[in-house]
Amino acid sequence: MRIETGQSLQPFQFDAPRLARAALRWMRQNLFNSWFNSLLTVLALAIIYEVVSGLASWGLFNAALFHFADGTISFGRDACEGATGACWAFVVSNWYLFFFGTYPYDERWRPLLAFGAIIVLGLVSIHPRARKSWWVRGPFLASPVWVLLMVRGVGVLDMQLVDSANWGGLMLSLILGTIGIVASFPIGILLALGRRSKKMPIIKALCVVYIEVIRGVPLITVLFMSSVVLPLFLPEGFNLDKVLRAQVGIIFFSGAYLAEVVRGGLQAIPNGQEEAAHALGLNYARTMGFIVLPQALRIMIPSLVSGAIGLFKDTSLVGIIGLIDFLAIAQLSTGNPTWIGRNVEAYVFIAAVYWLFCFNMSRYSMRLEGRLKTGHA
Amino acid sequence: MKSETTAQVPHSVFWRTTEFRSIVYQIVALAAVVAFGWWIVDNTMANLAKRGISSGFGFLMPPTEARLPIGETTAIPLLRGGFLYVVLALAFGWIASILLTRWGRGHGHAAGEDLRIQAGVVGLVFLLPMLVLYATRGDFQTVLYDETKPYLIAVLTGVMNTIKISFVGCVLATVVGLVIGIARLSSNWLVARLSEAYVETFRNIPLLLQMLFWYSLVLNTLPPVRQSIRLFGIGELNNRGVYLPNPISQGPAPHFLLSVGVAILAIYVYSRFTKRHQERTGEQLPLLYPSLGVLIVLPGLAWLVLGTPFQFEFPVLKGFNFQGGLVLSPEFFSVLVALVIYTGAFIAEIVRSGIQAVTKGQREAASAVGLRTGLVMRLVVLPQALRVIVPPLTSQFLNLTKNSSLAVAIGYPELVSVGGTVLNQSGQAIEIILIWMMVYLTFSLLISLFMNWYNAKVKLVER
Repeated sequence: MRIETGQSLQPFQFDAPRLARAALRWMRQNLFNSWFNSLLTVLALAIIYEVVSGLASWGLFNAALFHFADGTISFGRDACEGATGACWAFVVSNWYLFFFGTYPYDERWRPLLAFGAIIVLGLVSIHPRARKSWWVRGPFLASPVWVLLMVRGVGVLDMQLVDSANWGGLMLSLILGTIGIVASFPIGILLALGRRSKKMPIIKALCVVYIEVIRGVPLITVLFMSSVVLPLFLPEGFNLDKVLRAQVGIIFFSGAYLAEVVRGGLQAIPNGQEEAAHALGLNYARTMGFIVLPQALRIMIPSLVSGAIGLFKDTSLVGIIGLIDFLAIAQLSTGNPTWIGRNVEAYVFIAAVYWLFCFNMSRYSMRLEGRLKTGHA
Repeated sequence: MKSETTAQVPHSVFWRTTEFRSIVYQIVALAAVVAFGWWIVDNTMANLAKRGISSGFGFLMPPTEARLPIGETTAIPLLRGGFLYVVLALAFGWIASILLTRWGRGHGHAAGEDLRIQAGVVGLVFLLPMLVLYATRGDFQTVLYDETKPYLIAVLTGVMNTIKISFVGCVLATVVGLVIGIARLSSNWLVARLSEAYVETFRNIPLLLQMLFWYSLVLNTLPPVRQSIRLFGIGELNNRGVYLPNPISQGPAPHFLLSVGVAILAIYVYSRFTKRHQERTGEQLPLLYPSLGVLIVLPGLAWLVLGTPFQFEFPVLKGFNFQGGLVLSPEFFSVLVALVIYTGAFIAEIVRSGIQAVTKGQREAASAVGLRTGLVMRLVVLPQALRVIVPPLTSQFLNLTKNSSLAVAIGYPELVSVGGTVLNQSGQAIEIILIWMMVYLTFSLLISLFMNWYNAKVKLVER
């Protein structure tokens, strides 16, 4: 909002009447410029009051966080006795369950270290030269492998083996989401290239059928398929565990969606680029790898990020096939007799965490979009 | 001379040509897919044989009884008698109208201008199926699920419930999305920020979480049956659902509905006529009062002559629960609210970007011609924005239909939820998953077909 100050060359002085006049004028222009808009403003104010006051009295004023007695603070059930609003003590006392599920408490440094390493890699890659270095790219591309090894445990360093049945909480959701994105990337690129192929109708047909079938069915049917039917498809004695099966389903599902994103990016690259590369004598793989894909990937970063947000939200479905992801912790923790009936608190807390992740990712993609626009003109 | 012979391009051998290579790659890919498929089928056969599960869809059929409870049943129309005739009339009307417009275009009558062709299209697409429905109304056969029915009927009930919730959800989500999307561009700062907050909040929270949230809110905060909240003296609201008065059709109801339908079609044809008249002569014929007149007089006459068409059945407290009336279960309610709020946020963004895609010059020119703000929106901006809006809107409708499958988590008996129970009872996993996929693919195909038809129509009107 711009406030016209008249003589703008004068140094700024705090002039209360003028500021008040400006504020009034702004309000008249933006909130009360017609009778209909005035009505809308009043309505909007009423809605805001209702929502904010309701939320504040439930989550803040009438809420209970801890119980203070005999000089000690406790987060037990007695903290919430008599509270008419939210019982945040429930969230505090279940924090480990929410973030790690039933993962052994003494081993929690392993997932933390793995995620810390990923965050460090991400921060380092903000620098453009570091981003191009294979010392950063290599570990990043291999991240699914070493994250899984860290969480599961390997023979070295005397690490305890943690069965995937004990992976849970936000940790599991993040693992499913990040590995899903990274691993479905090559599948998506291959499918998109196959679908755009002009000389190979059979490969094109196979890719089209795969993409359209997967995109036409809900994720939950794919998850049921990977959890119930996949064991039937595999030979005797070849057992995949539950988490891995869900992960496979997620990867194949998001590969089809990613293929369409990549196809959109490829379509935006003018044909001349490909023809020029051919004229220089580059073969198909090099044309794609060095000329077309790098440009296409840059264009599709925003849609890639929104695809990643969608995928992260979709990992919440694995609770339906029996994994204990972040959302499923709501049922698990409120199943405890001490905390029975605290579903709403659990859902609000989980929603807030999901929202923080997704909202910030979408803001990041909007920033990137703005930057790409200025770069391309 | 010498240089020409030495600089000869090395002759490319046949295995180095792209044509040959692409054939080889395709053969290899096809062989790999076939081998993989064969391996899977082989493994599956061996596994099924070992577990003693027989494959095939026979388990769906009559000798077996489903024996599973379904909370909300919907009548399934049988494809014979009246329903068959209505479906046939719809298909015939649709195809005939397309042929008619083609024929008209070939003979110099553009569909947008020739009123006779338009009237013909309306008659074929709407009036004909309506009349067939009216004529064959006594001949509708439906089947309602109960526990002695076979699995097939249970699964079909799930399909009907999916259709029900997706249809209502798509309509309501479009309304919500349109309102919020336009509000985001409002000149009122507060309204614009409020709708932005709505979009950013609900778009970034998983849908399943929202469903569970509304469900637990309904179950936790609404009162039990005895202390249910009265809604304007006609309905009841408690933790078993919303109870509304149910209109029961009396004898004259079909005639009454037919008169309403005829009135609406007459108004539509008349409005096209006035529009064309205005385009030709500049003279505005009265539209509002004649339309209202027709809409009131025709059904009113039917009411007066034939008697009351509907009688309302009110919910009454009997024993431990309300009896009678129209019931919306907590499951249906929470799934619907979550789907509408979530999809509405996405549709709002589509509507906003569609409106913003119309260049500012269009709006300014329209204002310069002297149109009021509402008319600028309705006559100039929205028709152009629709072209941008319809394709992504289609994919949102598809998403909503697919997302209705999440209702399995709170037990609304739609296709996935019923299918899951059948799967657990019968162990026929592959068949059930094939049914799921086939049904959802059919839905996707039908919605795409319809929206493509609508998109073509929008483009045609637009030109």
